[in-house]
Amino acid sequence: MQLEVGQVTVTYADGNIALRDASFRLVGGTVCALVGINGSGKSTLFKAIMGFVRPTTGAVQINGGPVFAAQKNNLVAYVPQSEEVDWTFPVSVWDVVMMGRYGYMNFLRIPRAEDRRVVEESLTRVGMIDFRERQIGELSGGQKKRVFLARALAQRGRVILLDEPFTGVDVKTETAIIELLRELRADGCVMLVSTHNLGAVPEFCDQAVLINRTVLASGPIDEVFTEENLALAFGGVLRRFRFDESTVQRHDGRTVTVLTDDERPLVFGKGGHLEYSHREGREEIVQKRREDVDEEVP
Amino acid sequence: MIETLLTPLRYEYMLKAIAVSGLIGGVCAFLSCFVTLKGWSLMGDALSHAVVPGVAVAYLTGLPFAAGAFVTGLLAALGMGFIKGRTRLREDAVIGVVFTSFFALGLLLISLYPSTVDLRTIIFGNILGISDADIWQVVGISAVTLAILGAKWRDFVLFCFDPNQARALGQNVAALRFTLLALLSATAVAALQTVGATLVVAMLVTPGATAYLLTDRFHRMLGIAVATGAGSSILGAYASYFFDGATGGCIVTLQTLIFLAALVFAPKHGMLAARSRRLAPA
Repeated sequence: MQLEVGQVTVTYADGNIALRDASFRLVGGTVCALVGINGSGKSTLFKAIMGFVRPTTGAVQINGGPVFAAQKNNLVAYVPQSEEVDWTFPVSVWDVVMMGRYGYMNFLRIPRAEDRRVVEESLTRVGMIDFRERQIGELSGGQKKRVFLARALAQRGRVILLDEPFTGVDVKTETAIIELLRELRADGCVMLVSTHNLGAVPEFCDQAVLINRTVLASGPIDEVFTEENLALAFGGVLRRFRFDESTVQRHDGRTVTVLTDDERPLVFGKGGHLEYSHREGREEIVQKRREDVDEEVP
Repeated sequence: MIETLLTPLRYEYMLKAIAVSGLIGGVCAFLSCFVTLKGWSLMGDALSHAVVPGVAVAYLTGLPFAAGAFVTGLLAALGMGFIKGRTRLREDAVIGVVFTSFFALGLLLISLYPSTVDLRTIIFGNILGISDADIWQVVGISAVTLAILGAKWRDFVLFCFDPNQARALGQNVAALRFTLLALLSATAVAALQTVGATLVVAMLVTPGATAYLLTDRFHRMLGIAVATGAGSSILGAYASYFFDGATGGCIVTLQTLIFLAALVFAPKHGMLAARSRRLAPA
């Protein structure tokens, strides 16, 4: 399994260039994070990979062939953002997962025993089989996500695109999703996960693509996820928490930095104190904590 | 009493009107499920008005009215898609501009050549005076629509629910969209005969909206919509005998009454159910 984005430029009808000369290549057995700010072209890149927009120049190739051919073989699965789904639609969990099987069905789309078996197996795998008869709006955020993951499983997709899979889900679901992604990676799937949850990326991704209207960096996570690259991708939008400038005590002179996207990190120090990112104006706290720390030292 | 109630059924024209209304009512109701779920109610209204110039031209040139209406309906749909793709206007503004233009053109044509077309027939429908040729057109449209929807409804459900998934499976979403619009135009033409251009949208929205309140499953929604759509049309056409010909009014009033009943009494999504949920301790 191979996904290759080759010098893709996407221009919209109004002349706006959403993506310029984007290139990267992913080979089977990888979970790759797609990281960038809002408006950086993440969703355009997804659309190009799914064939919804046609690149003005360049091409997306899946297994060396065009996207359309891969779609006909049900290779490309998509897990949408929760906001994109009409949750009041009169369909059950079972119906939604069955939609992943349409490509395997005949002209009339009548499910066969095999389709039902795969849907059942997929729902079991994400732990949602007991909810099969529920209308999809009657689920929690995490359950909703798992239903759409089950649909991708039922489709037997080999290139799976996940759009912000961790937004609005509980910790249990996040763990379950990450576990599932690892299993699929072991099966040789290519997964591209759009996310702005920077902290989670090193936990479950082995590769990353940083974009801002073009691909800024791509490759193994420890090469791509550097402070300079992230600063490039996020510009001034990133929030940082530098421990040597904070109220946290007892530094050894080396810097530890926490980077986050849209939320400031909440940091508790070694004594369980609430810590502040800068010392200025908090001299009293710093002084008091220093005393506390010194007292503890034998 | 029974004698009076049976009177309408003695007339052939009444039997024809009842049968044709029931057929159209059922077909419109089938489509209305997709219209309400896709959020195309305004589009249904637009198309039902946009077919008017086509009907006028067809009458003027002696072509089958369905052909003319179908062409202008599609022209309007394509025109809306064209304008929306190339401007920053919101969809409702585009629909508003396009359908009123078509409707105005239709009215202009009719007023320029008053002898050949009766404006009242187009605006208010005239099912009681429908000709056999027109009946066959309606039956033809209905048969084609039911055949396509019956075979491909699952694809249309996916298209309405999640067009991205449809695309990701390699389905031709543009073709699905175009087919649904074409069916909408064709059905609007057929319904024009029964209830007239002004009330077609009710036939294309109300049964679906009613059924949506009553169930959470699409196949049940289809069943309920078709049953109420066809039932109200049959009953409305029959009742119109006693109301001196206001068939469209009778049918749509009946549909509205059923809708209101669902709005209040629907087991899960009705107002009473919502109220008892609010009052009940959590």
